[in-house]
Amino acid sequence: METTFNLSWIDYTIMIVYFVFVLGIGWVLKKYMKSANAFLEAGRSLPAWVTGLAFISTNLGALEVMGMTGSGAKYGMLTAHFYWIGAIPAMVFLAIFMMPFYYGSKARSVPEYLKLRYDEKTRGLNAILFAVMTILASGISMYALAILMEKVLGWDFNISLLLSAAIVLGYTYLGGLSSAIYNEVLQFFIIVIGLFPLVVLGLKDVGGWSGLQNQLSTIVPHISGGQYAADTWTTTWKYTGKATSNPMGVEWYGILFGLGFVLSFGYWCTNFLIVQRAMAAESKLAARNTPLIGAIPKMFIPFLIIVPGIIALVLMNIPSKNFALPLNDQNQPIYDYTIIMLLKQYLPTGVLGLGITALLASFMSGMAGNVSAFNTVWTYDIYQSYIRPATNDKEADEKHYLKVGRFATIFGVIASIAAAYLASKFGNIMDFLQTIFSMINAPLFAVIFLGMFWKRSTGHAAFTGLLGGFLIALLHHGLTAPANALNELGQLTTMVKGGWINIVHVYPVEMAQNFWTAIFACSASALITVVLSLLTPKIKSDNELVGLVYQLTPKDKLEGLPWYKKPSMLALIVLLMATILSILFW
Amino acid sequence: MIDIKIPIGLMFTVLGIFLTIVGVSTNSDVELYKKSLEININLWSGVIMLVFGILMLVFSKKKIN
Repeated sequence: METTFNLSWIDYTIMIVYFVFVLGIGWVLKKYMKSANAFLEAGRSLPAWVTGLAFISTNLGALEVMGMTGSGAKYGMLTAHFYWIGAIPAMVFLAIFMMPFYYGSKARSVPEYLKLRYDEKTRGLNAILFAVMTILASGISMYALAILMEKVLGWDFNISLLLSAAIVLGYTYLGGLSSAIYNEVLQFFIIVIGLFPLVVLGLKDVGGWSGLQNQLSTIVPHISGGQYAADTWTTTWKYTGKATSNPMGVEWYGILFGLGFVLSFGYWCTNFLIVQRAMAAESKLAARNTPLIGAIPKMFIPFLIIVPGIIALVLMNIPSKNFALPLNDQNQPIYDYTIIMLLKQYLPTGVLGLGITALLASFMSGMAGNVSAFNTVWTYDIYQSYIRPATNDKEADEKHYLKVGRFATIFGVIASIAAAYLASKFGNIMDFLQTIFSMINAPLFAVIFLGMFWKRSTGHAAFTGLLGGFLIALLHHGLTAPANALNELGQLTTMVKGGWINIVHVYPVEMAQNFWTAIFACSASALITVVLSLLTPKIKSDNELVGLVYQLTPKDKLEGLPWYKKPSMLALIVLLMATILSILFW
Repeated sequence: MIDIKIPIGLMFTVLGIFLTIVGVSTNSDVELYKKSLEININLWSGVIMLVFGILMLVFSKKKIN
């Protein structure tokens, strides 16, 4: 299946207008960047709706959009679990219980919170792992973007890579975090408006939602050889009683604990890339409302990116539609290209440019997000802590760290380019590294959670808990493998997906393996931290922990606020809406 | 700091006008809109973007006054 598009000057005009605005925002914001605080923390001055949209936009990178649409075709509405059970409860938890301490402690980053709450070594470990992980992630998405531009637009790989890096560097260097956040908001709207025509046209083509259900009721039993029921692709919880009756291969409790609790809490509540958006808000209240405001559009994103994937599955099985995905070397369809092929199927010149721009935009804002999180952690948690500590001259310091922040931005982009080339040479190794680094989130959640809600937990315990949880995750990954990594004889075909020590257990799909890796890592880390905390002396006094631990921090007074500004009220509305959506698509 | 509604409003107004013009001038092009099920999707998207852009600009103005 041909993947290249023939774009006209109309499509390119749209693309160019968008990038002029992207760089223009950076240029306009440049004059406000007079201190490290303005550059790295956006001066803590943004309204909640801006940080709220940026909060979900950071996560709506192109890899996410392409991956989720592909999952829509592979697993159907089950993919919505990543939103309604995977993201929403974690976002509410972050807003209600954790944000008061992240924001109120005056920490400038998640690693710095660890330093204030625990000790230097816990911060150091987390800061270094985080810095490496963000560069890796940014490099991988840069690589994916260049591949996409090569395959879809027919551009040269190297030029695409350098051009996108230059644009990202341009606006993050000029306007820092504010520029990254403003562009994330812009990107959010362009994605919604750019992909919306696809949903409308796709649904119209298959006869609306009921038409889609009708078509699937013959297609699904047919392609699965009767394994899956007719409505599996349009339901979420209905077939999760047994792992074998849904394409994800996970039972409801695996989804509930693995995805709904460990993976998502680890990601949404501790990943500085995400939390940084809320920390840039203008007040503690705005910071708490950030994830809640973000949660409302978040829960409707499945209709924008998963539903097109389901439509694609139907199109693939109606020969007259002439729709197919490109195949890889093993003659399997490349599901990540679902959204691209849909753009090609439905959009004429004009809106096509808009759709492609939306994808490019989401790639770049993903990179910018990583770079702007990296430069903050580098400047505050590595450079200021270990290389040049703050002096008494606050003003000179701010200027100095602004310079360092700017250099870190350049360094971050260059390192990402290097990572992108490594990914192009050793793709498997990069995937493996990313899997490994994703294992730091689950133990981190256990450690931060205990830190916030149990004043007895200690630094030595937290450090060991982080390391221990990480090692358990590695061990679990090394001892298990997903079924698709094995050949007919049960031998391992790749080391990347696990089983590199020995195969003790085989999971039906990779996702199930990921869930259980996270569950093991989080529980091990929590257990180690609790036991060691009780065995080690408490070093920080109760006074030092005010603002950092729940029991020792006075509650915020929120009387007199209108209901739509109260975090508890917003949280209730968000949870109610997510519940209604889950029931509608049960 | 500048109100973010201004750049968002400006961009969508510009793109909206552009797509609306493209939509109007290609309205009779049956071949072009075969893909999009005979709907002039450029015109529709253009108008929606234009309305959204103008709304953003209107609200940003209110805040300054």
